[in-house]
Amino acid sequence: MREAMLALLAKEPAHGYELRQRLTRALGPIGEVLNPGQVYVTLSRLERAGLVRADQVAQTAAPDKKVYEVTPAGREHVATWLLDASWPKVAPVEFHLKLVAAAATGLADPVALIDAQRRELLRRLRDVQRLADDESVDADGVLLLEGTALRLQADVRWLEACERRWTGWRS
Amino acid sequence: MSAVIEARGLSRHYPGNGLPVRAVDSVDVVIERGEAVSVMGPSGCGKSTLLHLLGGLERPTAGELRLDGRRVDQLSESAWARLRRRGVGFVFQAFHLVDELSAVENVELPALLVGMSRREARARAMKLLDRLGVADRAGHLPDRLSGGQRQRVAIARALINEPLLVLADEPTGNLDSHATGEILKILARLRDAQQTLLLVTHDPRVAAVADRLLSMRDGSIVEDTRLEGGLSRQAALAQIAGWEA
Repeated sequence: MREAMLALLAKEPAHGYELRQRLTRALGPIGEVLNPGQVYVTLSRLERAGLVRADQVAQTAAPDKKVYEVTPAGREHVATWLLDASWPKVAPVEFHLKLVAAAATGLADPVALIDAQRRELLRRLRDVQRLADDESVDADGVLLLEGTALRLQADVRWLEACERRWTGWRS
Repeated sequence: MSAVIEARGLSRHYPGNGLPVRAVDSVDVVIERGEAVSVMGPSGCGKSTLLHLLGGLERPTAGELRLDGRRVDQLSESAWARLRRRGVGFVFQAFHLVDELSAVENVELPALLVGMSRREARARAMKLLDRLGVADRAGHLPDRLSGGQRQRVAIARALINEPLLVLADEPTGNLDSHATGEILKILARLRDAQQTLLLVTHDPRVAAVADRLLSMRDGSIVEDTRLEGGLSRQAALAQIAGWEA
């Protein structure tokens, strides 16, 4: 989020509210739950790190507002971020270890955990698909939901492999 | 009002080598009008056989089945054929269109079989093809259509007699991801129009169209859950985004 905000500011300076709107627009429905406070907290962190500079703009009818602008260091940071091809959290490590631990300790049945997880992921998939069906959502918002749906689909498929592994594991 | 489907102890056992194969084993399930239900489970769990039993394509070896309140497990083949024509629409993985008939002729065929006039059948078929976005393909033979178009024609055919129930067996099993997306939208529209739907599938995206999920294993329904989590839009979005609401 930090880098994305910086990148949006690299296009042109903006005050906090404008920036929030740009982010929300890019995110579609998911942007609806963006915490407004987070935007302001992140901006002040970026300022402290010297990646943005804030100008106090006096307003007659309203309190002064801060307009944020990217510094040269910030611009460099954005360029590095854009080219960085790392892709976090590819391996579903935690759930995998949960199954191993459940089997090892006998504290839970791995297949029951898989069933519960599948239900949960299908619930989310259902929600995501319903959001994407909404005609009023613009193309960028739909694209993000599409990515979310495909990842959930892949996770549910992997659960099928988990089920094959752990069905009857005692024997 | 009676349930669209009510199965009690529904079973289909085949003679096997030694022990009988319990393809479907004592299944109890009730599906109400307007419900969209998906059935998932590993290959060979009996989900397709269950669909065949519910649509009268196979006969149960034990148990009772009611369709719209009427006992049907003992019906003769010809009585089932009549019932299926009017009451049940099928959508299959391999489309099962008649190769020698054009798209619109495939769609109107079930209407003609129940005695609808040619004129009305054609008008209805064209309307459905239009609704499913394939009206411009009406005169084409199936082999001139893409997989997604064939499946849309097959869905139109399933809907033409305004069936009580639509049964779909792996409806996206032969489709690429783009065509799957189109079929998903159509299934979602049917669900929203309160068409009673049973979707047998491997594809999580198809399963997630439904509001209720049946999980099968070894011929039995091991889980029957509702997929709507009762979350507000905000809470659902926050969960998806992974942010705090």
